[in-house]
Amino acid sequence: MSSTKYILGLFADPDEMMNGIDTLQKNSVPIYDVYTPMPIHGIERKLGIKDSRLGYAAFMFGCLGGTTIFSMAYYMLVQDWPMNIGGKPAFAIPDFIPITFEWTVLFTAFGMTLTFFYATHLFPGRTPRVMDLRATDDRFVIAIDAKGNIPHEDITNLLKEAGAVEVKHNDRKYVSYE
Amino acid sequence: MNNSHSFDEQFEFKGRARTWSLIMIVIGLVGLIFGFASGAGERTFANLLLNGYYLSCVCICGIFFCAVQYVAQAGWSTAVLRVPQAFAKVLPYAGIILLAIICAGLFITHTGPNEEGKMTSIPYLYKLWALKGVTIKGNENYDAIITAKSGYLNIPFFLIRLVIYLGSYSWLGRLLVKYSNNEDELGGMFNYNKSFKVSVIFLLIFGFTVPLFAFDTIMSLEAHWFSTMFGWYNFAALWVGGLSVITLTLILLREAGYMQWVTEDHLHNLGQLMFGFSVFWTYLWFAQFLLTWYANIPEEAAYFYRRWEPQFKPWFWLNIIVNFLTPLLTLMSRDSKRKVSVLKVACIILICGHWLDYWQMIMPGTVGPQSSWAVEIGPIEICLFVGFIGLFIFMVSSALSKFKSLVPKKHPLLEESLHHHL
Repeated sequence: MSSTKYILGLFADPDEMMNGIDTLQKNSVPIYDVYTPMPIHGIERKLGIKDSRLGYAAFMFGCLGGTTIFSMAYYMLVQDWPMNIGGKPAFAIPDFIPITFEWTVLFTAFGMTLTFFYATHLFPGRTPRVMDLRATDDRFVIAIDAKGNIPHEDITNLLKEAGAVEVKHNDRKYVSYE
Repeated sequence: MNNSHSFDEQFEFKGRARTWSLIMIVIGLVGLIFGFASGAGERTFANLLLNGYYLSCVCICGIFFCAVQYVAQAGWSTAVLRVPQAFAKVLPYAGIILLAIICAGLFITHTGPNEEGKMTSIPYLYKLWALKGVTIKGNENYDAIITAKSGYLNIPFFLIRLVIYLGSYSWLGRLLVKYSNNEDELGGMFNYNKSFKVSVIFLLIFGFTVPLFAFDTIMSLEAHWFSTMFGWYNFAALWVGGLSVITLTLILLREAGYMQWVTEDHLHNLGQLMFGFSVFWTYLWFAQFLLTWYANIPEEAAYFYRRWEPQFKPWFWLNIIVNFLTPLLTLMSRDSKRKVSVLKVACIILICGHWLDYWQMIMPGTVGPQSSWAVEIGPIEICLFVGFIGLFIFMVSSALSKFKSLVPKKHPLLEESLHHHL
């Protein structure tokens, strides 16, 4: 039993990497994930990745922010301490709109950032999960879960044929942890 | 990627589209005749101004769209550029129609009440400042506020300004179309660079003059009142209205079998612009409203007071619901921007919505309230709007059919546009 956990195919060129994905898919090798230093158009569709739900989270955070400040302003200016400002009624909705808008935007921005951090396991101070360090620099990496995908030699050959400049058999999933 | 489109296909304006546009023009003419025959001359003139202004704004938006794309060096829009270019080609005619309406409204007079309620001979349009003797002390029409503004707001200078705005926009729009046509013949970067320069000049002129265009044409109907937000508010309406018309035209052309290279990615982009600028329009609408409402200075509040008369109030609120909530709720999600049927409905709602927007800017200060809110929008309004839609379809389709190709086929960024992916 080999101790390899993940097989990484490192490509120097995005087109060759796309070719590598095609080759693997043709041979029914499931791809765990792909890491690239830059966004590549059309790769989500190719890998069958579902649409991001970040937008829905943003919408919910926005609604939350809007309702929070609107209720707060209502409680403060209408219930708790009504004031006469320029002869306007205490519950003057147009006055509430700028702050409601601001809090909607604020909650959306912070909420989306936090959701993104949560979903990607990123957080300031936390070591990021990286399978190959050069994937953030000049290598396009296809990762294959080694467990159950045997024989490893065949996969290595497929990647090499597709144009991989290097194939790694890693014993650990993330190289960034020491 | 499928690149087997025939870029040499030409638009043919015939059959049902042509018949329907002519029928719509006839409906407009019937509305026009009915308006004058039923004694509602002022109302008919106000509607003519409304539709003439809307028509010009949509055509100006075509040039603005092209200019923004050139200056931003945007690649995605090349595939759709012929449609705004066709709008640009129509602007000279739209401008002449608007000028004709304004001249007729200024110089044809009828008997009506002046500001003091005395019956006198007043022009059909701009009755507040264009009536005779308004600046002569001791005259029965004398108005001190208008007299103070008359250095700017007098008939000759007013007409000269309108000719300058519409003339310069039309001329620069023509140049953009001409360079694009030359590019189709010659290729290379020469015409693209020239278009870039012309676009920069256009945006510079447009940015400074479009608020004045709105001040002159629409805000001066209520010349006692002013708002510095008004110009940008009108610009936002022009941009959203024009984008909706561009998108709807593209959708209809696609459905008719033309421009198959326009994908849902291009429509998605246009949907984003419509959505974003609807919010921008609301922002400006609200910025104008909140300050007036809060400060409550009588001379400023008079404008909204007139729109809060019971005959106008339902329409006033409908305006903000249609033009803000509809795009907000229908166009927010990615999927709905990519679904042509949803986008089409949103375009139609926004086009009607911005007609309502212009309508509530114009009517309270010209015709004034009718007997109830329900008869505010009657056969004259509907027929004339339909007539101008017909006129627009006829002119734009004729302009489009004169292009030798429905895409600038040697545009340097064409490939990028064909592979546009969102």
